[in-house]
Amino acid sequence: MQTALTNRLEGPSFYALAGIGALISLLGLGAALYMETSGHHVTGMNNQVFWGLPHVFAIFLIVAASGVLNVASIGTVFGKKAYKSRGPLSGLLAITMLAAGLFVIMLDLGRADRLVIAMTHVNWTSVFGWNMVLYPVFFGLVGLYVWMLMDRKMYAYSKPVGIAAFIWRLVMTTGTGSIFGFVVARQAYHSAVIAPMFIIMSFAWGLAAFLLFQSAMYKWHGAELHESIRKRLNNLLGVFIAAVFYFVLVYHLTNIYFAKQTEFEQFILINGGVFSQLFWGGFVVLGTIVPLLLLYLPSMQRSAGAGTIAALLTIVGGLAFLYVFIIGGQAYPLDMFPGMEVKSTFFDGHIDNYVPSMPEILLSIGGFGVAFTLTLVAVRILPFMPQDDIAKLQASGALHD
Amino acid sequence: MKKPQDLLDNKPRRNFVGAAAIAGAGLGTLALAPGLHLIQVSEANTPSQGASGKVRWGMLIDSTKCASGCDVCVKACNTENGINETLKDARQGSQWIRKIDLKNPKTGQEHSLPMLCQHCAHPPCVDVCPTGASMKRADGIVLVDRHTCIGCRYCMLACPYKARSLVHLPLTNQNPEVPRGQGCVESCTFCVQRVDKGLKPACVEACPDGAMLFGDLNDPASEIAQRIAKEKTTQVRGDLKLNLGVRYQGI
Amino acid sequence: MKRMLIGLAAILLLAPVFATAGAPKPNVIIENPGQCIAPTAEMRVNHMKMLNHSRDRTLRQGIRGEKASLNGCIECHASKTTGSVLGKDGFCESCHTYAAVKVDCWQCHQPKAGYKHAEAAGVKP
Repeated sequence: MQTALTNRLEGPSFYALAGIGALISLLGLGAALYMETSGHHVTGMNNQVFWGLPHVFAIFLIVAASGVLNVASIGTVFGKKAYKSRGPLSGLLAITMLAAGLFVIMLDLGRADRLVIAMTHVNWTSVFGWNMVLYPVFFGLVGLYVWMLMDRKMYAYSKPVGIAAFIWRLVMTTGTGSIFGFVVARQAYHSAVIAPMFIIMSFAWGLAAFLLFQSAMYKWHGAELHESIRKRLNNLLGVFIAAVFYFVLVYHLTNIYFAKQTEFEQFILINGGVFSQLFWGGFVVLGTIVPLLLLYLPSMQRSAGAGTIAALLTIVGGLAFLYVFIIGGQAYPLDMFPGMEVKSTFFDGHIDNYVPSMPEILLSIGGFGVAFTLTLVAVRILPFMPQDDIAKLQASGALHD
Repeated sequence: MKKPQDLLDNKPRRNFVGAAAIAGAGLGTLALAPGLHLIQVSEANTPSQGASGKVRWGMLIDSTKCASGCDVCVKACNTENGINETLKDARQGSQWIRKIDLKNPKTGQEHSLPMLCQHCAHPPCVDVCPTGASMKRADGIVLVDRHTCIGCRYCMLACPYKARSLVHLPLTNQNPEVPRGQGCVESCTFCVQRVDKGLKPACVEACPDGAMLFGDLNDPASEIAQRIAKEKTTQVRGDLKLNLGVRYQGI
Repeated sequence: MKRMLIGLAAILLLAPVFATAGAPKPNVIIENPGQCIAPTAEMRVNHMKMLNHSRDRTLRQGIRGEKASLNGCIECHASKTTGSVLGKDGFCESCHTYAAVKVDCWQCHQPKAGYKHAEAAGVKP
């Protein structure tokens, strides 16, 4: 029997949270307006590092948005019963996080007033061009999917739409990874492994985002997630974190093996200053080792909060990885004359020192604000709260360990 | 200043262009040696017909003639194309051409060369541009159509030569023949506004050491084609097989 | 609810009346009358199409010397007092402000006539 849960938040009031979220979003919007009117010279970006902090946050949100849909897909496409009640919330988060990621990246354009031109003049050899189709159709498919999951009359159609959404987002995230994978010019990119690496990262970051928001929702409703479900979700997060580490390992090992890439790897892993610190401290320790310990140490598995902290750290690790990947890849100079020392007025041969400016920081955090506010308002209006019929799940054997 | 009547009535402009073409042809036939021409203007199209695929504009740069510390080509480019803004952070400034100083750390040997957009035949910047603003003209000149550029900077990520710059601030006083503005990405155009009049790019014209040569790679009678056929030349990052319009000697 | 809808309908139907009432007509100064590339009525309707197609032909195809050229328009239509097509009574800006149609040209194209081209070092004119 299901316990009736209301949509009212217990604890911090809905309006206070929505107000904070809206304020953060508006600050981001204001920062973007300032950058747009003054020009990018007010940012810390320059002609060497031109994709800065906003791109790190935007790509994180876009990749995680695709991955957060996994939870719904596991229920619909793969038939795992414990995930089925979580489908609508997963779909909602996919929509709001993608919207937030696009909010950040589109407002950072040099000519953000030309979005209509971007949608009407499409170059089909460009991944950014594909995205003009991939993103809107994703919104449409996931919107349909969520409707079908929540509307009893349409539930029968949720499986074909769910399969379509699952395949579509694999295409979309392959595209996101290929944005970098297709770039032959830079030592950090031009690798076929980047697309599948982004797919696996979407799994990990998306599930982490889902777990975070879900645990917040349970807290607000004064409810508690059943231990068996919590264990299943945590275990899945652990598997994804390990898989991400595998891909990053293969990517770096291969680079280290090539003599022409060794100096670049030394920069990223050893003497890159903030980049090496973020890679080891942020991604490896905080983003991989500590969450795995939190998820798998027997003493931790008994604690309800350990999984939430692991999810939060996974996100921190993801942001750290993207910072090193995107900004480190630009800060390291192009190798035009191998073996030579290079100097120029355009800072060739020179490792750039990028420092994010306040407008960029506000815009980046504004993206998280948008995702949070949109999701918060939606869960207030519609019943997204996962409602588990534990007895039924246990009877059908869906909760066995 | 021309009387408005002259500008509206196209004959004077065509006459001017025709005269420039003839002058250019005249210059071109000032042979350095029998059979060698500076620019084969007679082969190039009259401007009103547009760029032709029969022509492929290219440049040959002899870095052994390029003097370290000399940046006349850079200054000429900035003057011609109206690049005169000063920014607090020099890393945000546009550079269409720049001098690169190279030093072999093992032998200590030094030389320098100008680096600019290589006008690749297979430009990565054109492949990645979402709106098709980054484009290759029929005669091989790679341009940015600022009417469609949204300033996403993907081309800057994809360019193997760091040829592209973003305009970081509002501009005024542009050269009317070289419109450029805030938020759009830009790079060397081979001075297309000059090439279309039968002139050479400003950098080539200005180089005091004769290190830069410009011409039609497809014309077997042009000086550049003949030199490339006879002498050893290399392409920077040639392993990328982008088939560059700019070739170097002495690197 | 009904009252709200009637009120909303009233506002929407009456808005145009209030919008145009009082807006000052643009002060269009033709510096060189009777010499445009096409009659005024045709220019009013088609100038944007002319410029759009011309820009693609010039930039993408390299066709120069077309009739509809932005620089040609500026040279002829620039105000004799300010030298520009922008500004309060500027030829382009006066009409476009009145019609509330934002134009995208002036971030890249400079609006003044009579640009003095500084010759690049070493180039003989």
